[in-house]
Amino acid sequence: MLPRRFNLHRPDRIEDAVALLAEHGDDASPYAGGTELLIAMKARVLSYAHIVDLKGIAALRGVSARSDGGLIIGALTTHHELANHSLVLERLPAYALLSANVANIRVRAAGTLGGNLCFAEPHADPPAMLCALNAELVLAGPGGERRMLLAEFILGELSTARATGEVLVRIEVPGLPAGTRAGYRAFGHLERPAVGVAAVALPLGKGFDWRLRVGSICGRPTALAGLEKAMRGLPEADALAVLAEGAEQAAAAVEADDDIRGSAEYKRHLVGVLARRAARAALGMEALAA
Amino acid sequence: MNDIAVMDVTFTLNNEPASARIEPRELLIDVLRENFGLRGAKRSCDLGVCGACTVLVDGLPVSSCSTLAADVAGRSVLTIEGLGTPQALDPVQQAFIEHGAMQCGFCTPGMVLAVKSLLAAEPSPTEEQVRHYLRGNICRCTGYVKIIEAVMDLAKRGARLKTNP
Ligand SMILES: Cc1cc2nc3c(=O)[nH]c(=O)nc-3n(C[C@@H](O)[C@@H](O)[C@H](O)COP(=O)(O)OP(=O)(O)OC[C@H]3O[C@@H](n4cnc5c(N)ncnc54)[C@H](O)[C@@H]3O)c2cc1C
Ligand code: FES
Repeated sequence: MLPRRFNLHRPDRIEDAVALLAEHGDDASPYAGGTELLIAMKARVLSYAHIVDLKGIAALRGVSARSDGGLIIGALTTHHELANHSLVLERLPAYALLSANVANIRVRAAGTLGGNLCFAEPHADPPAMLCALNAELVLAGPGGERRMLLAEFILGELSTARATGEVLVRIEVPGLPAGTRAGYRAFGHLERPAVGVAAVALPLGKGFDWRLRVGSICGRPTALAGLEKAMRGLPEADALAVLAEGAEQAAAAVEADDDIRGSAEYKRHLVGVLARRAARAALGMEALAA
Repeated sequence: MNDIAVMDVTFTLNNEPASARIEPRELLIDVLRENFGLRGAKRSCDLGVCGACTVLVDGLPVSSCSTLAADVAGRSVLTIEGLGTPQALDPVQQAFIEHGAMQCGFCTPGMVLAVKSLLAAEPSPTEEQVRHYLRGNICRCTGYVKIIEAVMDLAKRGARLKTNP
């Protein structure tokens, strides 16, 4: 089916996009790759009189280096660009790999990271890993720019802290201490993951300070806080043993529902399996920072 | 602001200049099929999942069922009709024929274009890379094995070209 009729606006500056969105309020929507929005508009689940295409705004594009060793990712950057970008491959190879496994090549070629985060469909890959990396967002609105943690931006299923009329400008991933490792593993038998787990390990004493974040399973990424604490500072082999022993129990506390992607019990089982795999993947990868 | 404008979109279609007068909401697949009579791209799932509607835009695969025609303004669109000629098939088309890599043919245009784009980026992919890249092109005749064999044959030739250019 065709979407309902709309006016297509193509601003080339962030200020103009913000002004258009302010003028039309709830009748307008930002539009990037359209891989979520157009499907919902064709099904007429969503309709807007005004579509504000952000793709002509050069200031929303590109990946660059943050001076602390981190990354600055323009909101319009596609999963395909992230999977192949030399700076991402160098500084965050685990994130490049995650991007290479999003959906299919057509969704990766059109779908943007900004659109992924703003839509806040829980069954998505980037949020768990980006939350584990303490990613920050920069949003532009009528009053200027503001900055917030991604973990605070995602409020729940299809719900974010983005105010009507705000545009996500960029995603910033802070630099990581030398020797930091990361891994991500996801599984699902339909399109989109049923469960994904990100493991980030920052060097600490003889071992690591672990961040384990579960994505997709519920409205927002969840920390396996008990395990993170139990694994803290342990040598690699001991940390993995603690994880193997405690994963099932930690997973039992994660919020989950029965749905088309499986029963809550099955998904919690996946949390345990994927947490172990993500941690092993992290330890098997080259150090992220030299 | 209630009257919806009609717009002209000018782009390159199968290496020739093209333009169409469209509504902003029109989808690329409909403009290709209805305005230009190019019926190779098929609408099947209409959800970005199956790949039957695949065309290349600036060399990368897109789901034409879920792309606004307005978005190809100034860009280059390649459909299956623009690949090779009946007298001189593209090597990908030739390999699909040699390996019998099709049954009903419904997914074939999308499959061939996806392979075209993969080989442009990576002339000698591994079998794992081929399977990964074609994950979003679904064949309901379950003819995948022959498709993979056809692409691996092209990959071997790509590898030879790489070593003796
Ligand atoms: C078949 C299929 C499979 C998929 N599989 C996966 C998967 O495996 N993993 C995964 O993570 N995702 C998956 N997705 C989701 C995929 O659509 C997103 O990952 C994609 O990145 C969305 O980005 P977009 O640019 O297309 O967003 P759009 O559809 O353009 O926009 C989505 C929403 O974000 C808003 N928006 C977009 N950009 C901005 C901005 N800069 N500022 C403010 N608001 C903005 C729009 O208003 C809209 O509400 C899949 C999608 C499909 C169709
Ligand atoms: S019809 Fe477009 S992806 Fe299936």
